Amino acid sequence: MIKRLLKSVREYKTASIIVPVLMAVEAIMEIVIPFLMTFIVGELQRVAEGVEEQVDINVIAIVSTLMILCAVIALVSGSVGAKLAAKASCGFAHNLREDMYNNLQTFSFANIDNYSTASLITRITTDVTNVQNAYQMAIRMLVRAPILFIASIIMTVVIEPVMALIFAGAALVLGVVVAFCMFRVVPYFRTMFKKYDNLNSVVQENLTAIRVVKSYVREDKEISKMKVATGDVYTYSVKAERILTIMMPSVMLVMFVVNIIILTMGSNMYVGNLGGGIQPSELQTLIQYSAQILSGVMMVAMCLNFIALSRGSAERIVQVLDETTTLPNPEHAVKEVGDGSIDFENVEFRYSQKADVAVLKNINLHIDAGEMIGIIGATGSGKTSLVSLIPRLYDTSKGTVKVGGIDVKEYDLEELRNSVAMVLQKNVLFSGTISENLRWGDENATDEQIKEAAEQACADEFIQNLPGKYNYDLGQGGVNVSGGQKQRLCIARALLKHPKIIIFDDSTSAVDTKTDATIRENLRKYAPDTTKIIIAQRIASVQDADKIIVLDEGRISGIGTHDELVKNNAIYREVYESQIKGGEE
Amino acid sequence: MAAKKKVNDYGGDLIKTGRGAKTPMKTFTRLLKYSFLRNKFATACVVVFVLLASVANVTAASRVSVITTELIAHQSNADMSLVYSNIIMMACIYAVGAISSFSYNLIMMYIAQGTLRKMRDDMFATMQTLPLQYFDTHTHGDLMSLYTNDVDTMRQLLTQTIPQLISSMLTLIAVLAFMIMYSVTLLLVVLVVLTGIVFATKFIGGRSAKYYLANQKALGALNGYVEEMTEGQKVIKVFCHEEKARAAFREVNDRLNDAGSIANGYAFLMGPINNNLGYLQYVLVALAGILIMAFGGEQGLLSIYCGIQNAGEANRLALMAGMLVSFLMYTRQFNMPVMQVSQQFSAIVMALAGAERIFEMMDTTPEDEGGEITLTHGEVEDGGWAWKKPLPDGSCEYIPLKGDIRFNDVVFGYKPEKVILKHISLYARPGQKIAFVGSTGAGKTTITNLINRFYDIQSGTITYDGINIRDIKKSDLRRSLGIVLQDTHLFTGTVMDNIRYGRLEATDEECINAAKLANADSFITHLPDGYQTMLKGDGANLSQGQRQLLAIARAMVSQCPVIILDEATSSIDTRTEKLIEQGMDKLMEGRTVFVIAHRLSTVRNSHAIMVLDHGEIIERGNHEQLIEQKGKYYQLYTGAFELE
Repeated sequence: MIKRLLKSVREYKTASIIVPVLMAVEAIMEIVIPFLMTFIVGELQRVAEGVEEQVDINVIAIVSTLMILCAVIALVSGSVGAKLAAKASCGFAHNLREDMYNNLQTFSFANIDNYSTASLITRITTDVTNVQNAYQMAIRMLVRAPILFIASIIMTVVIEPVMALIFAGAALVLGVVVAFCMFRVVPYFRTMFKKYDNLNSVVQENLTAIRVVKSYVREDKEISKMKVATGDVYTYSVKAERILTIMMPSVMLVMFVVNIIILTMGSNMYVGNLGGGIQPSELQTLIQYSAQILSGVMMVAMCLNFIALSRGSAERIVQVLDETTTLPNPEHAVKEVGDGSIDFENVEFRYSQKADVAVLKNINLHIDAGEMIGIIGATGSGKTSLVSLIPRLYDTSKGTVKVGGIDVKEYDLEELRNSVAMVLQKNVLFSGTISENLRWGDENATDEQIKEAAEQACADEFIQNLPGKYNYDLGQGGVNVSGGQKQRLCIARALLKHPKIIIFDDSTSAVDTKTDATIRENLRKYAPDTTKIIIAQRIASVQDADKIIVLDEGRISGIGTHDELVKNNAIYREVYESQIKGGEE
Repeated sequence: MAAKKKVNDYGGDLIKTGRGAKTPMKTFTRLLKYSFLRNKFATACVVVFVLLASVANVTAASRVSVITTELIAHQSNADMSLVYSNIIMMACIYAVGAISSFSYNLIMMYIAQGTLRKMRDDMFATMQTLPLQYFDTHTHGDLMSLYTNDVDTMRQLLTQTIPQLISSMLTLIAVLAFMIMYSVTLLLVVLVVLTGIVFATKFIGGRSAKYYLANQKALGALNGYVEEMTEGQKVIKVFCHEEKARAAFREVNDRLNDAGSIANGYAFLMGPINNNLGYLQYVLVALAGILIMAFGGEQGLLSIYCGIQNAGEANRLALMAGMLVSFLMYTRQFNMPVMQVSQQFSAIVMALAGAERIFEMMDTTPEDEGGEITLTHGEVEDGGWAWKKPLPDGSCEYIPLKGDIRFNDVVFGYKPEKVILKHISLYARPGQKIAFVGSTGAGKTTITNLINRFYDIQSGTITYDGINIRDIKKSDLRRSLGIVLQDTHLFTGTVMDNIRYGRLEATDEECINAAKLANADSFITHLPDGYQTMLKGDGANLSQGQRQLLAIARAMVSQCPVIILDEATSSIDTRTEKLIEQGMDKLMEGRTVFVIAHRLSTVRNSHAIMVLDHGEIIERGNHEQLIEQKGKYYQLYTGAFELE
């Protein structure tokens, strides 16, 4: 898993390697400087003990110069290291986010359905930040701390080998404690992150559905829902952190025990009760080393703490990175869509293998290029599912769908989708101007072409009345225009693709009948070779189609012209009559 | 839906706009109060334990010097019992220190986690009371990051920084006291370097804080981008717009990287600079001391003690050297807390910025609760719904709820300067079905937003059974209205849960009945787990029409005396719509229904149809009357007039 993540380090590899080296230099200086201090202290102590009468200024001057030199080296390597560490860790996070987002773009509809927006947001922001912190810790501390440790041990060996053994023993004890804590804490963190997702989704849901909450006066219910979510986060955070709070005091405790042993043994050595020569000033140095060694271990512990925290995050990131699209591009993809003819051969479709009810059953259908096809059917009869198979948004469970006489699975996906324009039922416009949004259809479209498409979609008229016209800002989700206007913009956007097949999934439901008719007329006039598929609730929208397909519970109940169906198809006739009476026509 | 805030620029000039908390001290005090006042006892314990721990640290160190002094003084004849007793003392002090440190860490963890939890709960509770304008003017991504990114900045502050601050302060004061006792001269040297450290900290900390804020902002911007684009991910797929989406993401991501690198770079710089300034301090103190010694300065100049003890020349130097050794040790000890505080600097700045954002949200004026008239059920003689109006003498007047709604000369605009409804007057008699038709911008949805007081009118009155709706308690007013909104939203949970949302005490049977009336039963029973099927992501696994059917069932189960249907059947086929209508008619007998639709078949058999155009009612009457008038409705009906 870590290997998978580290792939994203890329151009920051050099920095990531240099940082530990610089940190090592800094760490060595940090060992050397206190060592130099002992010379000053030793010199002074000799005077204090009366061994020397005067302080040897030369010694002091040399040692001071050396100390300052070391401090400068430490400063330079520390500062450069700081800058590089920041660059490397932020760059790594940057690459991770980019890789995740890039992979997200390869997701098929089925993949997208697996992740909620809230969860993807947490993964790309919070989770990456956690991993970034861990990485930063790792490159800065994981090398530095052992070096501090080893150097201190070496220094200790120089002073007194027995003491070094004590340090090593203490470090071992701490290692076990830390490892134990890590082992215990990881599962709690994993659960905590799941609870975090819940919390996020409660907030997101309440933000999008605030009107529903307020209309039904369900604030209290939602608040108690949130309390459960925050309570869960609390419970697992506390469980995890309770273990971690043991870590720091135990490091302290070990340090204290070591100090006491050193003092006891040291003073006995000095007075001669124990073998081994040790000076009182060295005793003080040793105590300083013990702080340094154990603070090294403490830092490693803290690093591991961060890493433990980020493990759950890392797993969630890898999940996104490793998710492979359910609709892979074929190896020898067909690059050109011949014409707009469509065939369905014994098609059966279910959204997941587990679903026991097939959404579409036994669909056989042939549509000629350039035809206008209407689809009518009750809510949930499978209209949207049927057309989703044409641009291969999903794969069939059984049977084949052909476009231009070739199985859709053999096409290059991008080519296929560029040839099949679909105006989705739940459509979305993005923040930005109208022309920016329309250029989604064709980024190289000229202003004239955009205007032309808007005219065909009957959108030009209202656009002309907006302040700024084609430069009018739509706002997030296109909230600054009405429902019907939005639909017409979406149609214009699809028209700009100049597709071989265009599919309207209930795309004119908020458009009045007259405009609806004009749009269809324009389609016939300006795109005679394009196959036009129109899903609609209104008979009027499909009445003049070359063929109308009536869907009922996932099966084709009838295909024919309006007149044929009125005569032969009970469902169609009923719908027709209800609408005639309803006064629609 | 009113216009949401425009999000067109994902964080343009971040650095310039990135700034610290406006009133840092005020925010800090408030945060402290918020976190600790609830836990007075625990807080007192923390302070005591932190105190104990730092005192233990300082005194333990002083034992070491006692031992070494003894050893040096008497060489191999040292008094071992004195040494041992000091070691035992040290062990005891250490034990106290370790226990205290463990205790305050643990208590602090509980306080911190409890505070984070309470903060999220409080924010959410506040959010529920906010008026809709607030949601119209803030992006979802931004509000969501309050609950995660901003609250998280508080954790480090509470669990690490605050105890650290307390203990550092204590250590600092203790060490300072020792230092004053030893030598004022040398203390001056220490303070000179300390000033340098403070300046360095302020400069580096300030830069780092500034870029951290830019970093948080960029993170928020990235959040917003991912949110908007992921919501439209299917459109991206259909238009093969993946490369474009990637490119725009790269831009936002690069900006975050830039701010983050600089911010972290400065933060990491703090350690090496202050650490090495500390070494410089050490060297300077040593040199100053030795110079005073070498050039035979006054004894008192180096140390007060040396001045008091009038010793001979040789002894004088020895004494001075001894003092200098101790002082150097204190210099080292003095640097530790200074370092620790300076390293926490950016954490404090970040947390304060987060806290300010959070408090700002909590301080937003909530929606007012409305008047004093409440809704009762079963308190009047006929056992039906009634308005309960408290009278000045303490008794109550009951006004039966009928569903009589009138608009008198109502003027309204989402922004005062942009009037949407111009002097609207209308009435709905109990039991009537009132329909609104008209172009989308004409103000149909706005009218329903006014009845339930999502927004308040600028002038005129709206009365409900003769009562001004401003006098009715808002929650009761809303409870009396069953609204099916234009945008269908479902919640995570089972289908049954979602229907029951309309009335929490509804039985399973009632929910199923409502689903049957809404014609949703047949598709629900076809779902993998029927009514127990889990819905996720706003009901993503359902078709648009099915979601609307559920929303209608939800309104039906609520048994509200008044129902408002705002384009509630736009994605439902006409045949099903007809069936729902029949169910609705049965259910709504004697109750008032408002219907908004552009599909004329939906409104045709209403008692009154209002044709709205540009915020004005231009025609009213029933279907036949309006056809006879041969006005706009007639034109609409015959398809000669554009309904947009």
